[in-house]
Amino acid sequence: MTAESVGSELTEPQRAAVELEQARATTRTAGSEHRRRSPLKRIAENWQLYLMLIPPIAYAVVFLYWPLYGLQIAFRNYNIVDGITGSPWVGLQYLQQFVTSYQFWPVLKNTLILNIYELFALFPLPVILALLLNSVRNAAYRRGVQLITYAPHFISTVVLVGMMVMLFSPNGGIVNQGIGLLGHSSVDFFASPTIFRNMYVWSGAWQTLGWSAIIYLAALAGVDPQLHEAAKMDGANILRRIWHIDFPAVIPVTITLLILNMGSMLSSGFEKVLLMQTPLNLSASEVLDTYTYRVGLASTVPQFSYATAIGLFRSVFALILLLLANWLARRVSRSNSLF
Amino acid sequence: MALTVARSATRSRRPPKTPRIPKARRIKDPAVDRGYQVVNYCVLGFFTVAVLYPLIYVFSSSVSSGYAIASGKVVLWPVGLNFEAYKTIFSSPHILIGLGNSIFYAVVGAMIGTALTILAAYPLSRKDLYGRRPLMFFLLIPTLFSAGIIPNYVVVQQLGLLNTRWAIVLPAAMTVFNVIITRTFYQLNIPDELLEAGKVDGASNLRFFLSIALPLSKPIIAVNMLFYAVGQWNSWFSAMIYLTNTDLYPLQLVLREVLTLGSVNPDQVGSMSAAEFAHRQDLFNKLRYALIVVAMLPPLIAYPFVQRHFVKGALIGSLK
Repeated sequence: MTAESVGSELTEPQRAAVELEQARATTRTAGSEHRRRSPLKRIAENWQLYLMLIPPIAYAVVFLYWPLYGLQIAFRNYNIVDGITGSPWVGLQYLQQFVTSYQFWPVLKNTLILNIYELFALFPLPVILALLLNSVRNAAYRRGVQLITYAPHFISTVVLVGMMVMLFSPNGGIVNQGIGLLGHSSVDFFASPTIFRNMYVWSGAWQTLGWSAIIYLAALAGVDPQLHEAAKMDGANILRRIWHIDFPAVIPVTITLLILNMGSMLSSGFEKVLLMQTPLNLSASEVLDTYTYRVGLASTVPQFSYATAIGLFRSVFALILLLLANWLARRVSRSNSLF
Repeated sequence: MALTVARSATRSRRPPKTPRIPKARRIKDPAVDRGYQVVNYCVLGFFTVAVLYPLIYVFSSSVSSGYAIASGKVVLWPVGLNFEAYKTIFSSPHILIGLGNSIFYAVVGAMIGTALTILAAYPLSRKDLYGRRPLMFFLLIPTLFSAGIIPNYVVVQQLGLLNTRWAIVLPAAMTVFNVIITRTFYQLNIPDELLEAGKVDGASNLRFFLSIALPLSKPIIAVNMLFYAVGQWNSWFSAMIYLTNTDLYPLQLVLREVLTLGSVNPDQVGSMSAAEFAHRQDLFNKLRYALIVVAMLPPLIAYPFVQRHFVKGALIGSLK
């Protein structure tokens, strides 16, 4: 029986279905044939795609991998004249020097306190903001809130710190004027180590809260509204619906982001800390990154090897944290882990 | 009491209508829900005001008189409106050079970055690319483990880029996070069937990319352009460590000198004489506010145009 004779007996939609099935069969065989071919052939088939990949791969090799190769500076006594490979090996001398230095514990402590404070203070807030925004019925109000609260994300750290310096200035800043009206004497916000931590974390809230909520809003957009309606029919009030319907929907995203945040924990906010640093708050604001910068580049006698060793210490520490968080997430639920 | 009586009287006087089938009646929310909505609107409103207020204050201060700022008269709206600070900014060669440099870094950075990102993301989105997972992993490793400041500095030094514009543009050219977003965009927006159709019609990969994928990429190109341009516009640290020539400084670095170091070089803010000192102090106060406005305005203006793209397509897919 030829295809035409079959076709003539079938109705129009049936014929379409048969054609579709035939087409699928063809692609299936094409697919399995595809899988059987040798890698070389498959690369040759798509050689243009590999051509496209050359510039980004070259970029990655030069600007992402070459610095990793340069990490060996930490184990050598680096000097510019001899270059990386010409400088003599010194083993773990610089790592040891850092770990045993009197700066080690204060700097590590500052880094951990600042980042843990930031993580715990700021991590739940975007989730709450997204849940609140999600239950707003008035579209214009919702859009207005989003438009305004996203905006600070696009402001640079220099501008943010500059604004803080002026708004919180002890002579004539608007905040201190308000404090003055309440009958208190003015506070020098950049001079106190304790205030430094609060300033750092809560200015971060001002800047990133709205933006961080986007990802949770996206997760909430995937919630089936019928779930809400059904729950409503069963007499669930809005708090119960948020707790039992919306909240579970954002949990997977929350865990993934928590892992990511833990991984980047030690490196976040370096530029802001550096800008907010004053000699008076140094006892709270000297973190691993600023210390690296200070001994490596800002000092009159730059100690490249020592600074690289500190940077390496930080990276290894960060990687361990990331793997640990990922392992934890996987224990909670397999699908939540990053890799 | 009289009023209710009167009302019920009027109602009863109306001719009885034919019974109507009520429209789909809205179920009244329980009290908790209404209470929640009131609290919700208040909390969101408060947060929005808290975010907006510093921005308005800075803007108002930048166009108020220096005296009004110093004496605390500026609370929300400008007092003693004048634009002297802006005139000073746009007549100061130092700041103008910074502005020009920032525009250069933002434009060139956005173009290079977007090109690299698209070139990486499109092939990586293709299921039939052999070695796709190792290649992706190759790009991801440096995001998990960073080398730190010094090795990066040494690379820039060895490439001979120190004190050139390329030191600002090239090391920060491509962000792996943007590659992932863009790759997801292609996975979602270019279905396999479209590629099959292209193959059947005999289009090569390059041809398919140029005449089908690329025209579909406008939203993601816009998003990438914005991210890279804003990134370059806002960056200052690489300029601080890689540049010693102040003629190459971006605006943010000029701003940092004026704002956080709290000092200003007389020749940076234009001409002045000793007699103008008091006036200059006044002006300097305002100038810092005006500089902030100039530095933050371009990204703030650009982002609403691109907002719908990243909210809709890009970020939704980025985590899947």
